[in-house]
Amino acid sequence: MKLRYLVIALIVLSIASVFIGVKDISPFDLFSLNEDQLEVLMISRIPRLVSIIIAGVSMGIVGLIMQQLSRNKFVSPTTGGTDDSARLGILVSLLLFTNATPMQKMLVAFVFALLGTFVFMKILDKVKYKDAIFIPLVGLMFGNIITSFSTFYAYKYDLIQSLSAWLQGNFALTMKGRYELLYVSIPAVILAYLYANRFTIAGMGEEFAVNLGLNYKRVVNLGLVIVALVSSVVMLTVGTIPFLGLIIPNIVTMYQGDNLKKNLPHTAVLGAVFVLACDVLGRVVIYPYEVPIGLTVGVLGSGIFLYLLMRRRAYEA
Amino acid sequence: MKLRTKIVVLSLFALLLILLFLFIGLGSNWGYSLERRAWKIAAIVLTGVCIAFSTVIFQTVTNNRILTPNIIGLDSMYMLIQTAVVYVFGSTNKLLVDSNLNFMLTLALMMVFALLLYWVMFRREGNHLYFLLLVGIILGTLLGSMTTFLQLLIDPSEFLVLQGRMFASFNSVQGQLTVICYIVAIAVGLYYMRLHKYMDAISLGKGHAVNLGVPYDAVVKQLLVIIAALISVATALVGPLTFLGLLVANVAYQFMKTYRHAYLIPGAILISIIALVGGQLIVERVFSFTTTVSVIINLVGGIYFLYLLLRENKS
Repeated sequence: MKLRYLVIALIVLSIASVFIGVKDISPFDLFSLNEDQLEVLMISRIPRLVSIIIAGVSMGIVGLIMQQLSRNKFVSPTTGGTDDSARLGILVSLLLFTNATPMQKMLVAFVFALLGTFVFMKILDKVKYKDAIFIPLVGLMFGNIITSFSTFYAYKYDLIQSLSAWLQGNFALTMKGRYELLYVSIPAVILAYLYANRFTIAGMGEEFAVNLGLNYKRVVNLGLVIVALVSSVVMLTVGTIPFLGLIIPNIVTMYQGDNLKKNLPHTAVLGAVFVLACDVLGRVVIYPYEVPIGLTVGVLGSGIFLYLLMRRRAYEA
Repeated sequence: MKLRTKIVVLSLFALLLILLFLFIGLGSNWGYSLERRAWKIAAIVLTGVCIAFSTVIFQTVTNNRILTPNIIGLDSMYMLIQTAVVYVFGSTNKLLVDSNLNFMLTLALMMVFALLLYWVMFRREGNHLYFLLLVGIILGTLLGSMTTFLQLLIDPSEFLVLQGRMFASFNSVQGQLTVICYIVAIAVGLYYMRLHKYMDAISLGKGHAVNLGVPYDAVVKQLLVIIAALISVATALVGPLTFLGLLVANVAYQFMKTYRHAYLIPGAILISIIALVGGQLIVERVFSFTTTVSVIINLVGGIYFLYLLLRENKS
């Protein structure tokens, strides 16, 4: 029911996104485009739209998987050390191979993100005090530590300001030839959909899942691989989009409940709509300049996250 | 008796390091070098005391040994202030160059931030402390993304000036400022003496503390303000040192093996001085200034923290 409205919103925003920009292209020109306009459309506008949609869809789904596996609503790549590890990976790949191809960078970032997420899950296993709010606190501290490693190297090699660039998600630089790496996350998302039911069972705890005949370890590991892969690809092509994986699944849960398979399409579309809306907003606010997506999502995202937290406390009280 | 010996040993070690720092490789122009080094050591000791002291209190209040008071967003606030000053006024403006002015501005804004946060959070009844921390961290992330945005817009050569401010460093500390900081810290310390008697009871947890007659909420609020004041002073004086407190407080617990704050706090303070003076010695003599003490401390502190997380929670 509601999915239909989301899809309509997505289509409306997509059209808006294609026709907003410094170069004037109106929808009526569509059938009589001159060469300039066609070029802008094919090289910049459409790749931008595609990458926004892919990034939004996959980050939302990744957040949902992480929350399902850790059984905590406040865990996501931002609050679980995945983003910070991927960033460290990019830095390391830059130092190891001076002329790293995007593929090499992605592989190194992926390995680091996987390791970081894995260590975080191990920490979760060992923390005895499983307060819902304490867990993200641990995750954020963990992320801070990983960042301190990155800072150590970045300071040594004078890369601090470049490091900031990956901290800041930005779609302004996506154009033909620079965003195709994002396609890697599409199979990951499809895989996530196929395994949805198994993630739900894994979320019920190891003993219960094994009792139901699930290969618990393999499902959890697959989930972590998907999370790490998508996070590092998005980090490399777009940069950090903070809190996205956190708030989208939570909003869906608010009106949909907790059925993972049913929630996946909603999370995917809502993720795309949210990122697209933030991007259009960022482009309009200080037109003809633009505010990077990292900042818009960071500001809106932390606001929404705080609201979710307050709301939860209100229920408990 | 045994605890007292430990304190004496730590004091002697700290003193030894300080003397080493003051007199090692003192050249012919020793009057000048000695004076500069004396101011440096004064700033280092003050920072060490403030951070160790506030972290131990903070961990007692939160009943948790893996948290540090810097995470409630104070560090991010510091970064945002410095970045915004460079971005808006440029790196040669009085607000950045005049360290007294910069210090006052930073200190004031950081205190306003902390007090506003406390005020908003404690206005609602029944909010527990972890919630306050999480809100603090999220605000920190929010301030952080604004800082990153501004940093991208800054000209690379101006950014180098900013980078000097982003990492704690004792190389450019002003004498006059250090004196002001000492006065503030001593005033806060005197205020704390009124609350000191409650500390051991508070470490038992809220339930026990209230049962034993501690006015829990009132005391905790005052302690949080003390913590914010000390952290702000230390950060505004030298820059952010996120993991120092975590490192020294936990080493102190392990070394002192006691729950009595009369011994824990001095122990942590001495260990903190040892870590900072030792770290600064290593930066100056081994790395010959190619890195900063904060980067090293954050790295060592971070590794130690991971070790704590993976080990201690098993039991």
